[in-house]
Amino acid sequence: MSLLQSILQITADLALGAGVLLVLTGAAGLHRLSEFFMRTHAASITDSAGAGLVILGLLLRSEEFATALRLLLILLFLLFTSPTASHALAQAALGDGLKPRTGKPHARDGAQTP
Amino acid sequence: MSGWMLIDVALFAILLCSGIAIAKIRQLFAVAMLSGIFSLTSACIFVMQDAVDVAFTEAAVGAGMTTVLLLGALALTRTREKLTPTARSVPALLVALTTGALLVHASGDLPAFGIEDSPVQTHPVTERYLVSSVEEIGVPNVVTSVLASYRGYDTFGEVVVIFTAAVAVLMLLGQRAPREVRERAAPMRDRQRVLRVIAKLLIPFILLFGLYVQFHGDYGPGGGFQAGVIFAAGVVLYALVFGLDAARAAVPMRALRPLLAAGVLLYGGVGVATLLLGGAFLDYDLLAAEDPVAGQHLGILLVELGVGITVTSAMIMLFYGFAGRGIGRGVGRS
Repeated sequence: MSLLQSILQITADLALGAGVLLVLTGAAGLHRLSEFFMRTHAASITDSAGAGLVILGLLLRSEEFATALRLLLILLFLLFTSPTASHALAQAALGDGLKPRTGKPHARDGAQTP
Repeated sequence: MSGWMLIDVALFAILLCSGIAIAKIRQLFAVAMLSGIFSLTSACIFVMQDAVDVAFTEAAVGAGMTTVLLLGALALTRTREKLTPTARSVPALLVALTTGALLVHASGDLPAFGIEDSPVQTHPVTERYLVSSVEEIGVPNVVTSVLASYRGYDTFGEVVVIFTAAVAVLMLLGQRAPREVRERAAPMRDRQRVLRVIAKLLIPFILLFGLYVQFHGDYGPGGGFQAGVIFAAGVVLYALVFGLDAARAAVPMRALRPLLAAGVLLYGGVGVATLLLGGAFLDYDLLAAEDPVAGQHLGILLVELGVGITVTSAMIMLFYGFAGRGIGRGVGRS
């Protein structure tokens, strides 16, 4: 009983920590990355993986069944909608004629590596 | 500083930043999105203050429906704000600053937040709503008791306002786009396979949730206004993903037009019924022969249903109105 509880507790803490880290990563990426598709990628990390892990952590820590069920439903909803939203955003940009930048990372400076 | 206060400060900071950004940014598309964020942040602040029903409405109407309608309106006009000459914006700035200064000055006379002898706490009506409503109306959610029963006239007025606004907008926009421009928007759909699958998966749950919010409003947050907007959002999502024509085929205009009026008529009809039973307008006590509380329950149920029906049809019709014009003017083009 107590072993199970501590395993749950540790898993929950790990999920919460990883979730917060991913949210921060996403925010930093949204701020620092140079191009639309990369920034969309960063934003989608925040709202699918980051928020998903935070909710998973809360789910493991919830004490009441009703709370856990609600969190589970929110998690499911998030897992369906967030990646779809990012996908739709990228598709719309592609459809509008925006080309993702491909090739070597330094190509844009004109200093092409031989 | 406690954790709750930290959340409050963060939310107000976000609110302030999005407000400044809305004023600064000239790209109206971004402004529409930011106003959605503004509404969502306000909804979070309302939740923090335990005003869950208001938060619900703000999130559904402000962040959800209004953003879609704003985008629809943007498709009809230009997407870049026209700059006002500085000479003309100086008086506006003065008016805004004066009003702001007066408000800040007046806020000094307000009672402190949450203080126990403020007029809100000591007024007899508060006692009546919070304590007696349990016996008089028997509905756990006091907001619903106040909104649908004690202040039933006011809510009737609100429904009439929504009805009038929808009719006025439809008269201005017209109801359908010419046929040849409607057909041009069709090829857009091929790319959206993922969207279509997910939308098909979610729409039934959105509609079910709308019904839940409608009929559970007596017990928890929710009611006709929120439910109507959520139900309409399901249809709008369908229209956005599967095309306006498919949505018009599923939920046709000729069904919405009578429904828009039927909701108001249902609300007013309950009032007339109580008049005929020998009481005052919207006095639900008389609806059930012997048990006033059962009468209240029935009255609130019918009245909220009327609100829900009118709000649903108004929102869908407004969306049809904007989207029907937009297809010819740029939404389907670029």
